[in-house]
Amino acid sequence: MAEENNLKEFTKGFFQYNPMFVLVLGLCPSLAVTTSVKNGLAMGGAATFVLVCSNYIISLVRSFIPREIRIPCFIVIIAAFVTMVELLMKAYLPPELNASLGIFIPLIVVNCIIMYRAESFAYKNKPFVSVLDGVGLGLGWTLSLCIVSSIREILGAGTLFGLKVSESYNPASVMIMAPGAFIVLGLLLGFFNWRKLKKSEKAMMEYMKND
Amino acid sequence: MLNQVQDKSILIASASPHIRDTDSIPRIMWAVVLSLVPAGIASIFTFGYYCLYVILLSIVSAIFTEALILGVRKISVISTLKDGSAVVTGILLAYTLPPGVSWYIPVIGSFFAIVIVKHAFGGLGNNIWNPALAARAFLQTAYPAALNSDWRVLQHGIGNLFHNITEIDPEGNMVDAVTRATPLAKEAGAEAYHFTQLLIGSVPGCIGETSTIALLLGGAYLIYKRYINWYVPAYYIATVFIMVLILPPQTKTPWANNPFYHILAGGLILGAFFMATDMVTSPLTKSGLIIFAVGTGVLTVLIRFYSGYPEGVCYSLLLMNTATPLIDRFTKPRLYGARIKKA
Repeated sequence: MAEENNLKEFTKGFFQYNPMFVLVLGLCPSLAVTTSVKNGLAMGGAATFVLVCSNYIISLVRSFIPREIRIPCFIVIIAAFVTMVELLMKAYLPPELNASLGIFIPLIVVNCIIMYRAESFAYKNKPFVSVLDGVGLGLGWTLSLCIVSSIREILGAGTLFGLKVSESYNPASVMIMAPGAFIVLGLLLGFFNWRKLKKSEKAMMEYMKND
Repeated sequence: MLNQVQDKSILIASASPHIRDTDSIPRIMWAVVLSLVPAGIASIFTFGYYCLYVILLSIVSAIFTEALILGVRKISVISTLKDGSAVVTGILLAYTLPPGVSWYIPVIGSFFAIVIVKHAFGGLGNNIWNPALAARAFLQTAYPAALNSDWRVLQHGIGNLFHNITEIDPEGNMVDAVTRATPLAKEAGAEAYHFTQLLIGSVPGCIGETSTIALLLGGAYLIYKRYINWYVPAYYIATVFIMVLILPPQTKTPWANNPFYHILAGGLILGAFFMATDMVTSPLTKSGLIIFAVGTGVLTVLIRFYSGYPEGVCYSLLLMNTATPLIDRFTKPRLYGARIKKA
């Protein structure tokens, strides 16, 4: 039973609680950095690292944090990890990748996905499940970032991971500009909502049949 | 059957509308198609038959995309296709493209117009923006190079009707087409065109926008059939006239303050008669339509005078399309017998 629950805490981040398509959280970096798959992966990786570590630490110290000042405490913990990520990325990642991610790495401090999980999960649960929750949601977000950014990179730059997709394709540069981000995200959100609607309709039909 | 009808005819209290006429979506759409034909013919005389290819390609890909998306949405394909709205979108999109564009530009444009602008918002009647214009704006951002070049005109007009302008070698002796600046170009030394040229349409420009006479012919037909209002184009053009007279232009071109030149050159006539009058994306009431037309006119001149773009019809119409629900809310007619609350 417990193991089943653990698995559920891990997998819910992919579909049921997908941060981008279901929770619709963290849209600012989602729209801004998804111009190429490399950016999307780096952003997702950084946020996942921060999410897992902050979930773990917050869950460990949750009984010491007074309820009244929990948000400042979360921010201090999250900011510590963001600073670490920022310094690590500056040290080991190629400079142009750092330049294109720019301000969005320090802004992970106020990323609503991380705040949301700290407040509504890690503050109430044990360290191990909090880590699972962080990994699941972080990977779910990374996956969504990769979907959006690969669509945008293929259509807008004609490349994937910087490699040319086709010689004859003339890329529509609008897709790696702001309008392209909104169009792709809007269509994907529409698709996920449509799927959800279908599912609930189906469940309703089943329910009525059984009645 | 007859008895049944007679039995019921005494006391029927059906919901409105009580007065029906024969107008329907297909009738209006095909009338619009017919009214756009003269401008298409004029463009073939001006740019050669390659632009006919662009127009046909745009129409075919619009119809194909519409059929595809109707199939996906499980709406009856044939009966909806017959209403002709996809054909109108295809033609209008082609009319806003330069005559020498590559084949994929109208195809991508039609796809965007039908899938994103029209069906993603719920299909015909639910779109916020005019599909053709929004697709044109998308292409302008996606392929700026392709949409700002290829302003070619046949030099000898009708004589070279069947000469494909893309096959002409620019360095060869047999030059049949020349690339020249569009009438509204802002660069220094841009030439002014004669008014007869602007009326007939033998000037560089987008496929369907150059021939003022052909467009007016189509517009007059639609006004005569009462499918469009006379006052939307009239207020739009009058606003442009006044704004050109009173605003100080930024560039020192010879026509900068000539209102007649600004009305005849560029896409104003096409936009005023065929795009500002789009029933779906313009306000419902007469006062709303007038606000819409005046707003579009003001924005058109502002963009032409003070922005980096030479032409402002497309963007001004899209902006006013966006404002249409707001205009509708402000110009909602008072219900009969209802009192206006004092704030």
